[in-house]
Amino acid sequence: MSTETDFAALFPDEVVTEARTRLVDVPGLSGKLALVTIDNGHDHTKPSTFGPAGLSALDKALDEAFAAEPAAIAVTGKPFVFAVGADLSGIGQLTERAHAHRIAKTGHDVFRRLTESRIPTFAFVNGAALGGGLELALSCHYRTVADNVSAIAFPECFLGLFPGWGGTQLLPNLIGADQAVSVILENSLNQNKMLKPGKATGMGIFDVELESPDFLEESARWAARVVNGEQTVRRPEIDRGQAWDEAINRARELVASKTHGASPAVDKAVELIDLARNGDLDEGYAAETEALADALMSDELRAGLYAFDLTQKRAKKPAGAPDKSLARDVNKVGVVGAGLMAGQLALLFARRLEVPVVLTDVDQERIDKGVAYVHGEIDKLAEKGRLSADGVNRIKDLVTGSLDKRAFADADFIIEAVFEEMSVKRQVFGELEQHISSEAVLATNTSSLSISEMGAELDHPERVVGFHFFNPVAVLPLLEIVRGERTDDATLATAFAVGKKLKKSCVLVADAPAFVVNRLLTRFLGEVIASVDEGTPFEVADRALEPLGLPMSPMVLLQLVGPAIAQHVNETMHAAYPDRFGLSDNLQRFVEAGKTSVWTTAEAGNQIVDPEVAELWKQGDAPLSEEQVRDRALRALAEEARIMLDEDVVVEAPDLDLCMLLGAGWPFWLGGITPYLDRAGYSESVNGERFLEPGVASVPNS
Amino acid sequence: MAAPASASADTSSGPASAGAPRAPRNVVFVDGVRTPFGKAGPKGMYAETRADDMIVKVIRELLRRHPELPPERIDEVAVAATTQIGDQGLTIGRNAALLAGLPKSVPGFAIDRMCAGAMTAVTTTAGGIGIGGYDIAFAGGVEHMGNHPMGEGVDPNPRFVSDNLVDSSALVMGSTAENLHDRFPKLTKQRTDAYAALSQQRYEAAAEAGKIAADLAPVATRSGEHGWGLATADEPPRPGTTAESLEGLKTPFRPHGRVTPGNSAGLNDGATGCVVADEHTARELGLPVGMRMVGYSFAGVEPEVMGVGPVPATEKALKRAGLTIDDIGLFEINEAFAVQVLAFLDHFGIAEDDERVNPWGGAIACGHPLASSGVRLMTQLSRHFAEHPEVRYGITTMCVGFGMGGTVIWENPHHDETAGGAK
Repeated sequence: MSTETDFAALFPDEVVTEARTRLVDVPGLSGKLALVTIDNGHDHTKPSTFGPAGLSALDKALDEAFAAEPAAIAVTGKPFVFAVGADLSGIGQLTERAHAHRIAKTGHDVFRRLTESRIPTFAFVNGAALGGGLELALSCHYRTVADNVSAIAFPECFLGLFPGWGGTQLLPNLIGADQAVSVILENSLNQNKMLKPGKATGMGIFDVELESPDFLEESARWAARVVNGEQTVRRPEIDRGQAWDEAINRARELVASKTHGASPAVDKAVELIDLARNGDLDEGYAAETEALADALMSDELRAGLYAFDLTQKRAKKPAGAPDKSLARDVNKVGVVGAGLMAGQLALLFARRLEVPVVLTDVDQERIDKGVAYVHGEIDKLAEKGRLSADGVNRIKDLVTGSLDKRAFADADFIIEAVFEEMSVKRQVFGELEQHISSEAVLATNTSSLSISEMGAELDHPERVVGFHFFNPVAVLPLLEIVRGERTDDATLATAFAVGKKLKKSCVLVADAPAFVVNRLLTRFLGEVIASVDEGTPFEVADRALEPLGLPMSPMVLLQLVGPAIAQHVNETMHAAYPDRFGLSDNLQRFVEAGKTSVWTTAEAGNQIVDPEVAELWKQGDAPLSEEQVRDRALRALAEEARIMLDEDVVVEAPDLDLCMLLGAGWPFWLGGITPYLDRAGYSESVNGERFLEPGVASVPNS
Repeated sequence: MAAPASASADTSSGPASAGAPRAPRNVVFVDGVRTPFGKAGPKGMYAETRADDMIVKVIRELLRRHPELPPERIDEVAVAATTQIGDQGLTIGRNAALLAGLPKSVPGFAIDRMCAGAMTAVTTTAGGIGIGGYDIAFAGGVEHMGNHPMGEGVDPNPRFVSDNLVDSSALVMGSTAENLHDRFPKLTKQRTDAYAALSQQRYEAAAEAGKIAADLAPVATRSGEHGWGLATADEPPRPGTTAESLEGLKTPFRPHGRVTPGNSAGLNDGATGCVVADEHTARELGLPVGMRMVGYSFAGVEPEVMGVGPVPATEKALKRAGLTIDDIGLFEINEAFAVQVLAFLDHFGIAEDDERVNPWGGAIACGHPLASSGVRLMTQLSRHFAEHPEVRYGITTMCVGFGMGGTVIWENPHHDETAGGAK
């Protein structure tokens, strides 16, 4: 049939997930079990997804299953994978709403056959069940899950989508609206948190959790008992009144705090869960289909898919990194400085590289304190059950301190985290060079100083590299690796290899002031502060960026970074680019007054501008509106980003986005930042050109 | 250097004599199960299933059937495999114990006596139970002949040939069966075909009566091409087989020979396992007692006629137990080749259609995944015992590649002198 061919052609590069039906005997079951296996023919590293051809294959497999009139039908996956949802790469290529609508509707139509079957249907969830995979399972009458499944979730909202093949309708009707809000919205918007099988079964998503060694065998036997009426399956009574209302209210608050309405699909998820209260699948699925077609054709989703791809692929293959084979082994690490940052670094290196880490500082007392801090953190990890007793002994043994720099003689990689002052850092490196091998890498955790300058007077300046972490080191995934003018490929390759072992996402950046994340944040924050200086009320300026759904408002960001540090970076940037990076006298007074926050809590419990801050901040008489502040900040970002690309600070615009996603936590629906600047028109207005071609992180113009 | 003769005689000193002399303990066969047996090769149902996963299903099925057995009370996991590499390697007994989710405190080992691997796993752990080394053991075997064809990786010493230690035919099991026909001219192809057909018919009847399926642990079978399946029945049997239908089959080991795929066991995949225990411990835990071990023997024969092995092994075992062949009321003999079964029956003067011998058919029908077969014989004998309280003793016996036989004599715990019927 030609229509079928056309449908399959919507995703030209689809890795087709096949579905095979086998009629099997199960002990105790009179009649056959039609067992449908979902399998894309690859191993678990390429999980099974559904595109048009995959949905057609499942539909055919179900034809075969129903035609056999079995006693039961069960769906399961290839080893370690049940199914992980829609084929995202295909979605990114859709150009017409009619096609998106068809994909949305077909998913419903195929999965619903299992829901409306007169023959009992089962999902044997043997492995990862994400998104559409979980919806397929929910579409069956009964579900078993293996106790070793590590990925169970609806990640859609995380990407700028919602579970649109039945998820918003089936889940709340199975486990109640409140728990459905937790799974669909809360977990997904909380860094895409996954459910463990035990927890998911407790919530009622699965009817029984079975042990992995004979999961399919025991699932089949369990199914036979259900069919024979020997096994009763309890389902909770769903409160469709007050509890449902409360769940929706909670969802609205959650979404308001997480996205500020910046991701339309997430708002839609709340609406659809509310609608599911009627339990009418015709109505619910029709609404899901329409909303899904809209969402699939939205720039927010395309930016989300682009961002997801960056974090999954580009983050693992850093652009511009030298050949991996040039990397040297790192079998011992030195950390100069024993302060808080140095301690965090020592802990990270010891845990991830599992090699000796030696801390040093100017006196024994500081060293002892630094080592004690690391040992204390190791104990805390053990208390949380993240390290075994043997692991504690091993890692503690790896972290030692030495006042004598000769302890660094056999170190392969030494990182400094001393006071952020060029002369101090140069002195540290100069002294180290007396003791260490000529090939040992000297890395600096500087956030704004020049790498080239730092290494200029060394015998071996080619061994110096920037290794810029983000605080807290153990949590934030970004690592900016900075190449100085004379840094050689072997040093750089070693830095990337170490970064990878530390499980960080590394981005290569040039030796330019404040590198990427701090430079963009500083420019952006500078414009907001300038607008306040000129007379815009704090309330207005700090609310101006809300429509973007950033993780925090500008003034809260200032508080988190620390005003003194922010001002230090401002000074660096001002010195480098005085015409774009201003210095605020108000901020200087704010820092000198020892203030950390603009906002304070009033007696009534509401947030107000700290009266002392209001007193010291001398404002002009040219207030801006929220829209004007936003426009000013975003135009500045567009300008700065373009200049950074022109200066070759990074290889390409996607590297800027990757940095903002992973280092600043900027949201997927912005695609980092350049997709948003493109779609909101700032790029063309300010620079006369887009950062990315239409279609890369947006719906292509058709 | 020999030890001083007085050392063993003097029981009043030394660590070994700390207590009173110990009496051996009774060893019982608690229960056994197996996977369905499959045809080896790319078209077989286990073509994409791992051997270690198969033995794991057996261990877990036994534990599921016996919730009264605390897993931490298992003192040993002895698993046999003829080829101990790949998915049958990594010390398969320990490997399987960990994969099955047994407590890490439960040890395991790998064992090999070719076809009598699982039988040796039982006799070895039984010996350990007898002297108090264990209370409870899991003993079993696995052979995935699809993954590990017979003779995989072997490197026979050239002296076998240069020194005329064995004939080159000794390494080819089908040829040893042909050799057996040479030695006993009365064993004709007509008789072996008739015996083979009887095995198929008896198996078919037992299967229809639900006796075979009751002892099977289902196995999910992976197939990239067809999707998951579920093995719940043996793949090799050929229902409807008659002696006539076997007549024209090829004789792959000799032109115009007598040994055919029809009157031999095939190449198969499968796993078996059982729980053996000290009788006192079994009673204490409320474990069923399926059989009580009376004794066992292994014996060597000329490798060229390995199929005759069960004869000296049985004679030796009977002699040690103080019994005669007339005391034995039930026989489970492995059917590697029909000719080898007939050699045994002829020797002891038992009719080839005697109902006491392989009442549910044998390996010619259900298959013979080398190292796993011994425990299948035992599990089936224990079922026969339950059905035949009039029988007091039975044997499990099998021939073993490279010229051996093994026999275990069992006592029926359900024996009732007053029960009617044959002995």
